[in-house]
Amino acid sequence: MEFISQHPVLVVSLVKIALTLFVVMTALAYLTWFERKVVARMQSRWGPYYVGAHGLLQPLADGVKFLFKEDVTPPSSDIVTYILAPFLALVLALTAIALIPIGPTDVLLLGQPVFAVSNVNIGLILLFAITSLGVYGVALAGWSSNSKYPLMGGLRSSAQMISYEVSLTLSVVGVLLLAGTLNLGDIVSGPGGQTGYWLHFIPRWNVFPQIVGFFCYLTAAIAETNRVPFDLPEAETELVAGFHTEYSSFKFAMFFMAEYANMITVSCLATILFFGGWLSPFGGHEWEKFIPVAIFLALAAYCLYSIGTDLEAILHKLQFTIVVGIFLVLAAVCFFFPQYAMPPFWFILKIAVFMFFYVWARGTLPRFRYDQLMSFGWKLLLPAALANLVVTAVVWLVMHP
Amino acid sequence: MIVPLIVFFACALLAVVGAVLLILAHEPIHSALSLVLVMVALAILYLLLGAPFVAAIQILVYAGAIMVLFVFVIMLLNAGVEERTDWSKIGKWVGLPLGFLLLLEIAHWLYHSEPGTAIANGGGAPPAASTFALSTAIFRQYLFPFEATSILILIAILGALVLARKDQ
Repeated sequence: MEFISQHPVLVVSLVKIALTLFVVMTALAYLTWFERKVVARMQSRWGPYYVGAHGLLQPLADGVKFLFKEDVTPPSSDIVTYILAPFLALVLALTAIALIPIGPTDVLLLGQPVFAVSNVNIGLILLFAITSLGVYGVALAGWSSNSKYPLMGGLRSSAQMISYEVSLTLSVVGVLLLAGTLNLGDIVSGPGGQTGYWLHFIPRWNVFPQIVGFFCYLTAAIAETNRVPFDLPEAETELVAGFHTEYSSFKFAMFFMAEYANMITVSCLATILFFGGWLSPFGGHEWEKFIPVAIFLALAAYCLYSIGTDLEAILHKLQFTIVVGIFLVLAAVCFFFPQYAMPPFWFILKIAVFMFFYVWARGTLPRFRYDQLMSFGWKLLLPAALANLVVTAVVWLVMHP
Repeated sequence: MIVPLIVFFACALLAVVGAVLLILAHEPIHSALSLVLVMVALAILYLLLGAPFVAAIQILVYAGAIMVLFVFVIMLLNAGVEERTDWSKIGKWVGLPLGFLLLLEIAHWLYHSEPGTAIANGGGAPPAASTFALSTAIFRQYLFPFEATSILILIAILGALVLARKDQ
């Protein structure tokens, strides 16, 4: 106890880091489940079904499988960079998440902000600096495998990430002009932030004045994370599996986790920059705590109904009982501690929408051809982002003479 | 404060090790990666000096853009392992003593310089290093040199394009 009161920064930071790591890792695992389920629905299949009720234990089984598979290292690979590449990819992806505030920066516990592992003044630039290093993971993996397909995949991926990073960075400058700060917390709720309303019912989110910037950001972000329809680095019909062809076992899983962590990061950034971060669309009234309570109670009721009718195996019924318990606990937390539960609730809800969009795109869109990718990035996206920046700057100057 | 000192010496060591590896590595990619290590270590040193913006830009521009292009080009050309040459005579009898002389000179000036204060106060940003002050200086006070530099870079890009273009 005395140690805690003497070193509040150290203790609170360590707890926040451990908690964030746990939540993010669980979220990564269950994002794969979510993706497989949603894509399966879009293709009229069931998706994972047998490992746990509705495939709920599938991520766990996948993790165990990755851990126990043989870890093959190609004999002619460059061993140092071969091992360094997946670590670099995962570590950088997780570091970027540490910079994201998921709630108001003035909610304190032991004198320390609760909702951000580290809220730095140059947060946005630091975030871009860390994510820009992510190219190394992909490029080095492709090069160090000493094999033709990974090399082609790594080259393509580097070229794609370098090209789209320009548009990605340019598309958020409009938001920076409106916000007047690089601090991610202040972009949401600072003096130039997104609190308040237009015409008393449209939230002052940056997505409305910056709609062009938002679509540029969304496109560039999907391309940055190498997802469909920009997943050329791992176009399996041409390149086997692209840059991670020669990776097996847990090193492959690390690339996999890094990709999903990057998806979470760009979704968080989109939420903060364009959709008001943790701000409620209704203005943060007291009655809003009943929205998550109602949602969680409805989900718990649906699970209870499933236990009674759909599920037959006794183990599956047991698992769903635990899920019901989790939903009830979440509802109770939202009801009794709304000041701690509501900001993360809105934030995570908005991220979930973006995640669904990612999966939706994967279930719907065909892949770009390589020349289409390059001409789209340089000839359409970059000019659009630049034009958006110029128009925003001119309008801002006219409105603030 | 002991912690900034430890961080300083760790980063200084990393930077020096990276710089030595850059020269000694046989594979061009390893050299490029060592240079990235130097850049990152320097960025942390800037952070210690109380210039977080410069530190982030150092990583963003040098490690995240320029060195990525280096690695990309090395991969694209599939550059092989470097050949070692023996020490040249000039390098041995003139270069080495000159290098030591330079090192001695730097050590001498560092020894007699005023002790800095930024590292001691643990990296709190002095007002001159804030983003606002920096951009005001660049876009108001030094606008002409800034624009001149960008035109110079544009000319260099155009020159490279002309040189790289195939004959029609």
